[in-house]
Amino acid sequence: MFAYYLDLALRSLKRNPVLTGLMVLAIGLGIGASMTMITVLHVMSGDPLPGRSAKLFVPMLDPRAPDSGQNARAGIMGTPDAFTWVDAVNLLREHRADRQAAMSAGSVAITPLDAGQHPFFAGGQYVTADFFPMFDVPFAAGNGWTDAQDQARARVVVLNAGLARKLFGDGEAVGRLVRLDNTEFRVIGVLRDWHPQPAFYAQHGARVFGGPDQFFMPLQTAMELQASFRGHFSCWGDGTESRTSDQCTWLQVWVELDNPLEVLAYGRYLDNYWRDQQAHGRFPRKDAPPRLYGLMAWLAHEHIIPDTLSMQLWLAVGFLAVCMLSVVALLLAKFLRRSGEISVRRAMGARRRDVFVQFGIESALIGTLGGLLGLAIAQLGLWSIRQRPDGYAHLAQMDVGMLVGTVALAIAASVLAGVLPAWRACLVAPALQLKTQ
Amino acid sequence: MDILPILSTLRRHKVTAVLIVLEIALTCAIVCNAVFLISQRLHRMDMPSGVSMHELVQVQVSPIGSQPDAKARTLEDLASLRMIPGVQAVALASELPFTNSSSNTSVLLKPTQTQPTLNATLYTGENVPQTLGVKLVAGRWFQSDEYMDFAAAASNQKAIPDSSRIVIITRAMAQKLWPGENPLGKTFWLGNILDVRVVGIVDNLIRPSLWWGDNTAQWSMILPLRLTVGQGASYVLRTAPQDRQRVIRAAVAALKKLDPKRVVTQQRTLDDARAEFFQGDRAMTSLLFGVIIALLLVTGLGIVGLASFWVAQRRRTIGVRRALGATRADILHYFQTENFLLATLGIVLGMVLAYGINLLLMLHYELPRMPWMYFPIGALALWLIGQMAVLGPALRASQVPPVVATRTV
Repeated sequence: MFAYYLDLALRSLKRNPVLTGLMVLAIGLGIGASMTMITVLHVMSGDPLPGRSAKLFVPMLDPRAPDSGQNARAGIMGTPDAFTWVDAVNLLREHRADRQAAMSAGSVAITPLDAGQHPFFAGGQYVTADFFPMFDVPFAAGNGWTDAQDQARARVVVLNAGLARKLFGDGEAVGRLVRLDNTEFRVIGVLRDWHPQPAFYAQHGARVFGGPDQFFMPLQTAMELQASFRGHFSCWGDGTESRTSDQCTWLQVWVELDNPLEVLAYGRYLDNYWRDQQAHGRFPRKDAPPRLYGLMAWLAHEHIIPDTLSMQLWLAVGFLAVCMLSVVALLLAKFLRRSGEISVRRAMGARRRDVFVQFGIESALIGTLGGLLGLAIAQLGLWSIRQRPDGYAHLAQMDVGMLVGTVALAIAASVLAGVLPAWRACLVAPALQLKTQ
Repeated sequence: MDILPILSTLRRHKVTAVLIVLEIALTCAIVCNAVFLISQRLHRMDMPSGVSMHELVQVQVSPIGSQPDAKARTLEDLASLRMIPGVQAVALASELPFTNSSSNTSVLLKPTQTQPTLNATLYTGENVPQTLGVKLVAGRWFQSDEYMDFAAAASNQKAIPDSSRIVIITRAMAQKLWPGENPLGKTFWLGNILDVRVVGIVDNLIRPSLWWGDNTAQWSMILPLRLTVGQGASYVLRTAPQDRQRVIRAAVAALKKLDPKRVVTQQRTLDDARAEFFQGDRAMTSLLFGVIIALLLVTGLGIVGLASFWVAQRRRTIGVRRALGATRADILHYFQTENFLLATLGIVLGMVLAYGINLLLMLHYELPRMPWMYFPIGALALWLIGQMAVLGPALRASQVPPVVATRTV
């Protein structure tokens, strides 16, 4: 029976090729647009560190004066998103989490020791020792540095794969020397092209979905050499703008807590730290107690997905709705026009169910064709997004999950589009229709 | 045209009619909001900068580590850049419009104030506003003996002499600080340690970063501080628009010649910087435009398809009407009126939806309320699309000969 209905459906679709094309195009465009945007948001809201993200937390303290940040943009600056040097150092020294690290972005001029290569600037992070084990950073050779090297302000550096290749070609990089700004550093580790997306650990400026950090230098060393820092550096109070001031926020702090009990204990520790500092006249905001964010919660809190993208998703969904309405109306009109044919079939003994299945197959066929077209259009859409200059552009690739999702959406859409018309068609009474003929 | 027979026909196609009305409503609502969003973006991209946009180029060279003898190096650089043929003015600036990097500070009217009156960008560098082509509307520019070295001023703000405690601000900032008053000669505080006196007012000077919101875009001030090369400062050169690329090449060559060990970290026209600054808005605008076209197309084609069906279905009825004396124009008008009714219903519903969507956007995306003038745009578009779409099928209907009435199907 299925084959017969399929044959009927094909004949019916061929009878009206323009209309069929129109319906397929409408479903295809709607699904293509929606899937493009859903895919982009899906890849952007993915877990940057699967398996470890549940153990990583961002503590947050609000050390500002009660009324600073009044002119700041609502929502974004409502809470601070960085640490002062003083608090970061205290949390690291007291060492209450399994691992803890402080970091900030920066850029240095790199002078290759090979004559002939020109100096260039590269972006990276100034971090403390726990950064590498805590984020499970993959080393291709060598390893990170120790707490002791942090304290000794060691002149050591870890390079990401791209920079190591640029400086040393395919040769061994570990143990070699490289000049950063005006100081010689020893390379102690090379990463396998480490490039988590988003770069969750960094300050969430425009670069969060951009290229990888090229190098990692001990934070204390960078402070001592007065290397150039990047990112928001926000001060209040008496206006002394110094990296070590307790009135300037600029550092990111991450901690690793391996089980829920530790999370609770760390929360209590932060509360105590906050109260203790208040006794010393700091943290004047009594209404802003410390917070502890999980990795994914932190990303949500930081709004790392641009508003324009979610707006574009809603536009695409609205467009899909319009396309669907159009297709349903067309199918309905088309099926009901064949009321005569239906009533003949009904009079010859076809059950309602048979009629429903027959027309259901016809709409499913349109849906399948539309879905295939939608898949192609989504690939085109993703390609066009990859041409955008935004940092997230290169992420716009469809994975298997999204591919399955697209097909599922197409089937769901076609079933939805077909149900109402097919149901109306099977309600056609046999006798009445024959009479009006 | 009698609409009662149309209504009674539509009642027999209730579900289909409701679907098409819903489609028109949704399209109308989205089109209204999309047009509004486009106009918002266009308005944003048209924001005044206050500088001679097409005559400026930025060249940034960064020393490796700290620059030895920075002051002498800067003077040499400036002298050599001035020698480039076609260069009208040169300055070393800490901030430039549309570069997304800026130094900002709290502004207080009294040092005892607990919360700042506003937050504004600090432009520094000798002769920067003159080079940028900023328009002075009141007061005066700084005199050369009023300038102070940035490093000296930053290391001890309390030691800044009275003659250098002066500032030039934009009209918008003056208006915000002292609404309706003459700002010249008035004093305000940067943080709560440095008081400055207003000596000049400029028309517009946009902040390099709009992170604090577009309504604060013009809150800029200029301080009489002299810079040295490095620490993110850029050379800005003014020249004729057609000479810009040549001047960039010549400037880079000149700077490289003076000190080949430096790295050129930026070389572009300010127009390019502006284009990059607004590229997100531009992309969104073309995307919205595409969505509008696609929506109207899908809706229009949907109407064509539906009307064709109805015409085919009613061939006999049309034949009977024609046989009973209805003219071709009557039949044509019948279908046009039917479409007009459907479109109007859809538009009324669409207006309500458009308003609802706008409320949602205001809630989630900090957008302003949509002015009422955007509602008729959607209505007009849908009426037009509807009439255009129905014209073909309606003409075909009017061609149905009366003799059809006598034929059996």
